[in-house]
Amino acid sequence: MSVKRVVVTFSTTTEAMAWECACKKAGLPGRLIAMPVQISAECGLVWLITPQDRELLLERGRELGLNYRDVVELE
Amino acid sequence: MIYFDQAATSYPKPPEVAKAMCQALSYAGNSGRGSHQLSLAASRLVYEARCELADFFGAEDPSRIAFTANATESLNLALFGSLNAGDHVITTETEHNSVLRPLYRLEERGVELSMLPADRKGAVDFTGLGDHLRPNTRAVVLTHASNVTGNLLDIESVGAFCRQHHLIFIVDAAQTAGFYLYDLKRSAIDILCFTGHKALYGPQGVGGIYVRPGIFLRPLKMGGSGIQTFSKTHPIQMPEALEAGTLNVPGIAGLLAGIRYLQEKGLDKLRQEEEELTNYFYAEVRKMPGVEVYGDFDAQHRCPIVALNITGLESSFVSQVLVDEYEICTRPGGHCAPLLHIALGTEKSGAVRFSFSHFNRKEELDLALEAIGDLARRDWGEFL
Repeated sequence: MSVKRVVVTFSTTTEAMAWECACKKAGLPGRLIAMPVQISAECGLVWLITPQDRELLLERGRELGLNYRDVVELE
Repeated sequence: MIYFDQAATSYPKPPEVAKAMCQALSYAGNSGRGSHQLSLAASRLVYEARCELADFFGAEDPSRIAFTANATESLNLALFGSLNAGDHVITTETEHNSVLRPLYRLEERGVELSMLPADRKGAVDFTGLGDHLRPNTRAVVLTHASNVTGNLLDIESVGAFCRQHHLIFIVDAAQTAGFYLYDLKRSAIDILCFTGHKALYGPQGVGGIYVRPGIFLRPLKMGGSGIQTFSKTHPIQMPEALEAGTLNVPGIAGLLAGIRYLQEKGLDKLRQEEEELTNYFYAEVRKMPGVEVYGDFDAQHRCPIVALNITGLESSFVSQVLVDEYEICTRPGGHCAPLLHIALGTEKSGAVRFSFSHFNRKEELDLALEAIGDLARRDWGEFL
């Protein structure tokens, strides 16, 4: 599989907003988009990043104590 | 017009509140309902307000604050969401109907209820709290301040009691949120119910509830949540668990502006101004012949409320004359607190409630004092 996009998923909208707020403050890459149907047709927001940014983002996310549900790779 | 009905809803609001609400109407969509710019703007605004409220109340985490319509909805949520048939709950005679009526309904469903009495000053003696403890006692629900007398109740000692006996401590902060500085992380309060439109200076129709981590409340409402669409059950994660349906985004924008106003002005400073106004009014009015004042004025701190009656006159009559002849707005009657009025001996007459904010001026109080003196001295003859 050729990974073109990576998304971070959340349990709640509040969790997504907390993630966005912290990432903006820390100057981390990514943006909120609607949940891709490849993952689920459910509503909700996910944080979109490039595969290259994945490690940095998750490491910094852990340092900042941010919650998320899953990290999903998309073709 | 002189406005002394701040305990019902604060007036005027800081101009920033209306401005923030109008701005929200022009740029905010539906929070948590998509990724377009209007929806995200609303979601960001709601999250910002949640963070500010969590900071303001000293909560552990913004997700522990859920938005509701008012303190009544929050209290219904707290009581119906935590109590089950067979549970026992302790409360007091000072409570508002927003606590009493849900409790009476729960009593019909098998919840046991104990009521601590209020004395003639509306004060509650908590030294006998332990006598009410039962093996099935689950919670204590208490107003932090009476909406009739302004008396502050001793949430510190009751909170310590609840911690000691592993009880849920539910506090009605309708009168105190924005007046009293909470530090929820360090306090024993498990659930704090507040409204936005009183001392927080927000608009009507927005309030909230704080729920301590580890406590799960059954939601009153289920429905749209913006997440977990294909699940048959409503999400259990806070705060979405308690926020079914579209949030009042313009109202939340106004509440956020109200909190920022308080933080900018300084809550301690504003409270001191309000206490000075209250103490001045009480000191003057209590000297007047034919005027009876209710409440415990020996306490060091109290909410900015003075309830009184003029001998021989119904409270509704006095309040009407005050507005008709003097353009002074007060609140007569029973103030939705029936048991406290019985304890005060005012269940027949009600009382005229004067409630103040820092927007009131001493000159306004002087005009009211003059009016009360006039009414107390006047020969009402055929009117009575």
